[in-house]
Amino acid sequence: MANYTEDQLAQDLKNQEYKFGFTTDIKSDKAPKGLTEDIIKLISSKKQEPEWLLQNRLKAFKIWKSMENPNWAHVKFTEPKFQDISYYAAPKQSKKYESWEDVEPEMKETMKKLGISLEEQKRITGTNVAVDFVMDSVSVATSFQSKLKELGIIFCSFSEAVKEHPNLVKRYMGSVVPPSDNFYAALNSAVFTDGSFCYIPKGVKCPMELSTYFRINEGETGQFERTLVIADEDSYVSYLEGCTAPQRDENQLHAAVVELIAMENAEIKYSTVQNWYPGDKNGLGGIFNFVTKRGLCEKNSKISWTQVETGSAVTWKYPSCILKGDNSIGEFYSVAVTNNFQQADTGTKMIHLGKNTKSTIISKGISAGKSNNSYRGLVQIHKNAKNARNFSQCDSLLMSDECGAHTFPYIECKNKNAKIEHEATTSKIGEDQIFYCLQRGITEEKAISLIVNGYCKEILNKLPMEFAVEAQKLLTISLEGSVG
Amino acid sequence: MTEQKNNFNLNSLLKETAININKEDKKNAISVIKNTPLPNSKIENWKYTRVSKLGNINFENNKANIDNISRYIIDDTKYSFIFINGHFSNIHSSKKIPVGVEIKVLSKKNNEFVNSSLKIKGEIFNAINTFYLNDGLLIDIKPGTKLEKPIQIIHILKGDNIISNFKVIINAGESSNSSFIQGFFCDSGNNNFCNSTSEIQVAKNAKLNIDKIQSESEQSFHINTEQVKQEQESIFKINTFTLNGRIVRNNLNIHVNGQNCETHLNGAYVLKNNQHVDNHSIVDHKVENCISHELYKGVMDDNSTAVFNGKVFVRKNAQKINAFQSNKNILLSDNASINSKPELEIYADDVKCSHGSTIGELDQNSIFYLKTRGLSDKSARNILISAFFQDVINNIENQNIKGYISQLLNDRFEWNF
Repeated sequence: MANYTEDQLAQDLKNQEYKFGFTTDIKSDKAPKGLTEDIIKLISSKKQEPEWLLQNRLKAFKIWKSMENPNWAHVKFTEPKFQDISYYAAPKQSKKYESWEDVEPEMKETMKKLGISLEEQKRITGTNVAVDFVMDSVSVATSFQSKLKELGIIFCSFSEAVKEHPNLVKRYMGSVVPPSDNFYAALNSAVFTDGSFCYIPKGVKCPMELSTYFRINEGETGQFERTLVIADEDSYVSYLEGCTAPQRDENQLHAAVVELIAMENAEIKYSTVQNWYPGDKNGLGGIFNFVTKRGLCEKNSKISWTQVETGSAVTWKYPSCILKGDNSIGEFYSVAVTNNFQQADTGTKMIHLGKNTKSTIISKGISAGKSNNSYRGLVQIHKNAKNARNFSQCDSLLMSDECGAHTFPYIECKNKNAKIEHEATTSKIGEDQIFYCLQRGITEEKAISLIVNGYCKEILNKLPMEFAVEAQKLLTISLEGSVG
Repeated sequence: MTEQKNNFNLNSLLKETAININKEDKKNAISVIKNTPLPNSKIENWKYTRVSKLGNINFENNKANIDNISRYIIDDTKYSFIFINGHFSNIHSSKKIPVGVEIKVLSKKNNEFVNSSLKIKGEIFNAINTFYLNDGLLIDIKPGTKLEKPIQIIHILKGDNIISNFKVIINAGESSNSSFIQGFFCDSGNNNFCNSTSEIQVAKNAKLNIDKIQSESEQSFHINTEQVKQEQESIFKINTFTLNGRIVRNNLNIHVNGQNCETHLNGAYVLKNNQHVDNHSIVDHKVENCISHELYKGVMDDNSTAVFNGKVFVRKNAQKINAFQSNKNILLSDNASINSKPELEIYADDVKCSHGSTIGELDQNSIFYLKTRGLSDKSARNILISAFFQDVINNIENQNIKGYISQLLNDRFEWNF
């Protein structure tokens, strides 16, 4: 965006600060429980949204009412009571602690293991948000913002984008994930509260990894989050979502929508680390994470999804690529870990429409405890996708005799020039591997962590460096106590 | 009788079975037929196969005669049993029965016939098969019997709008070793439909081998369900070759109930024009220490479509299972398509399971290489396709069957293997 001026940026920053100070006010401003047209109108008016967005929301609500909760995934859970949720003020509900002493020792321990600084730990748990820390955060953010501004990159909250860049939002929102796509996408389109918006102008290579983590007031993710990333021609961006630190949240249902648009020759790298509260050892509580993520690739563009999923009681997530343009590339790298009673049904969809399109899927599932971990993926080669190429590999590692690992790949090919390979394996950690480590003086627990990290290395290598280090530790922690 | 569009057409031309079937089974079957619509693409198991056409046909069943059946004889074994439109053909069938084997034609059986526990409940095509059953065979292989020659069962369709409901029951006794050949053909006629089921029990330490050739016509439908139960130390092997048919659907449901079993499923499908072939298989490992091996290969030409859906279950506590599944496909035309869905569902940890699926076209470099050696484009392709099928064909132990398949492929596709 060449016409993004300093004044506008100042305005952006002002809004952010304003919003930050306003947070508590929003909280007290809770909408009554339930979902009706009036509630949607209320959300829209509170957010001072333009009329078209309200109409979009109402349309999505109508679609949602006509849909049924999908039941094809290999997970079991009690359907959330949609009329029992307060749809406004919901996003800022992360558990607050009165003082640092109130934070559970396990949580402190986990964070210590992750190597998170004390300041950061306090920020995450929401205790005592130190003023200097906030100041620091603001200054960091500001320095980021000025750098981004020079390049014309827009990186702001979704509601801000609606106000400041309505044309971009109007044009691209819902273009990749329309409200009618699925039950939870429709719900999100009707009631989403906030999220992130990112636009990279033509020919710009974003010099830093954009992370929601760095953006002020976005440390807490909303319940119905909406993300829109647009990479204009010849641009590049690496986007990070989530955080390795454990996230407590009172909202059980999370239904986010992420849309990526990669225009000609653009490249988007989207990395996620998800560590929502998985429920306790007996399978009580925990987050339902139902996310729709999809990217659209124009000519010669590339979208790469990398995810490390360790949290949530139920995960239901299929980051996908629509390879519309010729020579476009889609990639999916995933590690999904389930322990105790967690359930994950995750995978990807690669829709090949253009010629010479390529996709790579590497999925590593690890199940422990009494959990169930499924890979579900679709590779679809359309008739005109000449010379399309796909390689999929889905490995599952079983760590207990009570867990399950499942693979459900769908391969649909309508073009003879396409080359598709799919392979999947399921096994446990070899006794010989453990024996070898024990023999070298490594304890069994360490040995397992070593082997698991080796098994996931391919994926972890795709993550930005700092993230990768934390993710490695996270894997070890997630699997703690599953040995034996 | 409610006339719903998607239901099986219950017309007056079809009469309920004359075989002495258990009343309860029959009652359940008719209730399923009346209340269950034909499967549509919204049902996961039938996602890629459309069978609604079957609802529009006014099926009937007539006995028919074929003078010369020699071209349908796959192997010159002494024990051949021929069925035409589901009815036992006395003239063409062998009078001899191998020692240690009891073979009964279902229509000649006096005592009441009860569906075995293997039956799938609530499934429409099984219900049709039960309620309108024409005829079939009940084969008991006595414990310890080793059959030298295979038993051949040939089914032929003849006439328009014919539905044939046909059934084979095989009980392979303890430590027996036997081999079967099944052939499904169509002599003439349009819109005919062979709906066949098999119930197979393989007892302790028994070995059972089935080679199946499906080569009906581009006007005929074929739905085949095999329910198999394996006891400990048994070996079950089935080779399915699908060469002709408008819509062919094979359901193989293998329940491995005993330890130390081996299960081998092999298949090949070669399609052209508007053919559609759908191979579904389930291998359900309920106990420990078993092996299953599945290999399906297909070549699709013209507008044909194929479906592969293989599922392996490893139940809780079924440790030390080795299960392998492989599906390989070659598309020869721009309009052909394949939907492949190899699935694993595993609830035990000490297992080795894997599956693989590939789709591609003939390798241009290989074709070029063969051409530089003076071969024509066509023969170069033939050689590559035949090489592609070689490992499936090598799984057939009986040379006569191999020869018969080569002949069929040669006639239909002009491929010389």
